[in-house]
Amino acid sequence: MTVGTKSAQDVNSLVQEVVGRHGATAEALVPILSDINQEFGYLPSETMAALSQTLRVPKSQLFSVASFYEMLSTKPRGRHVIQFCESAPCHVVGGRQVWQTLQDELGLETGETSEDGKWTLLTSSCLGICGVGPVIIVDDDIYGNVAPDGVPEILARYA
Amino acid sequence: MSAVKSLEDLRRVKEEELERRKARAASSRAQITVGMGTCGIAAGARETMQTILEAIEDENLGDIIVSQTGCVGLCEWDPIVEVAIGQEPKVTYGKVSPEKAKAIMREHIMESKIIRKYVIPAYA
Amino acid sequence: MKPIRSLVLVSSDPESIGRGAQEVHRRLQRAIEAADLENEVVVSMVGDVGRHDALPMVIIYPEATIYGPVTPENVPFLVEEHLVERRIAAGLEASTRELSGRIAWLSARRGTLPAEQRIVLARAGLIDPENVEDYIVHDGYEALAKALTEMTPAEVINEIGKSGLKGRGGAGFPTGMKWRFVSQTDDYPKYIICNADESEPGTFKDRLILEGDPHSVIEAMAIAGYAVGANEGYIYIRGEYVLAQERLATAISQARQMGFLGETIFGSDFSFDIHIHAGAGAYICGEETALIESIEGKRGEPRSRPPYPTTHGLWGKPSVVNNVETIVNVPPIIQHGAAWYRRFGTSNSPGTKVYTILGNVNVTGLIEVPMGITLREVIAIYGKGMQDGASLKLAQTGGSSGSIVPASLQDTPLDFDSYARAGVSLGSGALLICNEDTCVVDLAKVSLNFFKRESCGKCTPCRVGTQRAYQILTAISEGVGTQQDLDDLQMLSENLTEFSHCGLGQTASVPIRDVFRHFRAEVDAHVQLKVCPAGACPMSGQLAKAA
Repeated sequence: MTVGTKSAQDVNSLVQEVVGRHGATAEALVPILSDINQEFGYLPSETMAALSQTLRVPKSQLFSVASFYEMLSTKPRGRHVIQFCESAPCHVVGGRQVWQTLQDELGLETGETSEDGKWTLLTSSCLGICGVGPVIIVDDDIYGNVAPDGVPEILARYA
Repeated sequence: MSAVKSLEDLRRVKEEELERRKARAASSRAQITVGMGTCGIAAGARETMQTILEAIEDENLGDIIVSQTGCVGLCEWDPIVEVAIGQEPKVTYGKVSPEKAKAIMREHIMESKIIRKYVIPAYA
Repeated sequence: MKPIRSLVLVSSDPESIGRGAQEVHRRLQRAIEAADLENEVVVSMVGDVGRHDALPMVIIYPEATIYGPVTPENVPFLVEEHLVERRIAAGLEASTRELSGRIAWLSARRGTLPAEQRIVLARAGLIDPENVEDYIVHDGYEALAKALTEMTPAEVINEIGKSGLKGRGGAGFPTGMKWRFVSQTDDYPKYIICNADESEPGTFKDRLILEGDPHSVIEAMAIAGYAVGANEGYIYIRGEYVLAQERLATAISQARQMGFLGETIFGSDFSFDIHIHAGAGAYICGEETALIESIEGKRGEPRSRPPYPTTHGLWGKPSVVNNVETIVNVPPIIQHGAAWYRRFGTSNSPGTKVYTILGNVNVTGLIEVPMGITLREVIAIYGKGMQDGASLKLAQTGGSSGSIVPASLQDTPLDFDSYARAGVSLGSGALLICNEDTCVVDLAKVSLNFFKRESCGKCTPCRVGTQRAYQILTAISEGVGTQQDLDDLQMLSENLTEFSHCGLGQTASVPIRDVFRHFRAEVDAHVQLKVCPAGACPMSGQLAKAA
């Protein structure tokens, strides 16, 4: 979902709803940002403005927190986000080749989003699923024991 | 669920639950447990579970208990499925794809034949 | 499961392979199966055994008998005599004269083989994590009941102190002492924080506990709260651990319904409740003060210590911060007593340790064993030997911030003290087993890439140091490294250790330090000969130019 399809009022009411769910306290800030990020795939500046007013926290402070965490993005991402684990346990069991295949198949480098807005390719630190490495995560789906020739099949599952 | 307010309450809940389980075990023919940790799910445990549930529905097997558990740590062998028929010791199958799950349902559950080649070797 | 009676290791270095080690291994397996011993005897190929006079060699534990050279034809006799009749297979023994230091460990062993001992993982993979009755049937909440109805808070702390339990997150700080510090302040409220921000590469033990046995974390935290006088707890869990978050949320609501959380628990005047706080992707939040900052809704940048969280923690109040694996040791200790707990492990490191086994072994996974097992045993028994019978080159213990342990240290017992004496660290318990195709420069590069991306940027030595070290390692792996680069790397490594604000930067130097210490010649080959001996580095000069 993009902000474009939502009116300013909708954005505001969504922010209110999320704040209502977690409470307007300091300790709720990261969970609130996570929920908004989940909703839009990133943190649109309109939501940050609405949040700033609701919580009475300067926007600069919100951006300071948002830019710190990997799972929060201040830039739009593709419809599907691919995370590839680049830590040592996946690396030594064939992760390098899987990464190469991913890049070739998508024509993307780390952090890039495809022109049609379908894919964003990210590398990630260890995802804790090392027992079945190499591992990739597409949106919320986790794929273990990935071999390079299995990559096209995984990508084909997403419209 | 009622609140547990003393050690005696806790013991009572435990005893009652054990009784319930005994009764349930007596009235069921087999118990199937699927390892559903993140590793298992990443290796396909959801599809495996789905296949088992479908087989139970297709064959109308009402006397089988299917449950989930966390990960036991044998990640290499995920997805893992345990089968216990009656009071027999449980058999642990590894790398259970939907196809293997179908075979296990057909042979082990329906015909009580253990499929040796799918069993995880000891200490693996 | 029957206990493992014997461990049979087959040498499989290139020379042994050339002389038929693989066939010996195959026949051993067949003969052992034929004798119906496959559940009691483990056979594995272990690469180079450190002795080359009678290859291929077969070493059988716990007797530590060395046979060699063993031909495939000898195998039936060997199995019959040694494993079935339990006597030395006459005429097959290798001469004992040249017993090298590397395999002298055998005679020092205690004559038994280490078996898995599950304390913290006792219920994971056994019970249904979403079913509280299942937990209760397996003795759940009995320790909490005992603590609240039969023990004073001081007695609980005393018991934990006597058990010798130490933090399993990597630092090894005594848990009882931490609790005592918090209990002794009269500043309220106090908090119990469970650190479930497990992000060390290769480590997923806490996830297994959270996903497989979430009630044990709740029970343990409630006991901790009672002991130190806290009524509120937080579980700070990695944002990526979605399933674990769901299972914890289910468990907490069940515990509230049944009265294990809430007011007047077990009829006592103690009240306790727990919040789940999900992180949003930052390795540094595993550092306790960064974690606290993050709960407070700020960037997860570490605070200066002292003051420590035991006096100035969450919202400036006294807080216990315990790792998941550490705290779930608490209920069994309370239930069975400190003396029972001390029966496991070593006298200075009692209890068990959970290890994840990864990399070039035949079987990856997770085990819980008493402190003091060796790497060689872990690889042979639980890893089922090296993949393709390759030789062990090194193991990275404890993820990126752990040590790079060369094969020569594989007989050092895995416990806090023995590892500290050998100048390496146990870390979080991840054991990344690497064969000789692993290049140390490449491994250090991957590790530094991790630190570079996870550095929070607060202090310059770490922010710039990890970047620069990664660039230099990239240049070396591309064959364009210089002598000056090596000197710079050495200096960077020292500066990281010396001047970084927190543990992240301080340990970022560990891979560099260990590679220089144990594998200097291999690094030099990259720089002086422009050769990667393991054949893993690109050595093409391409990426370095781009970087």
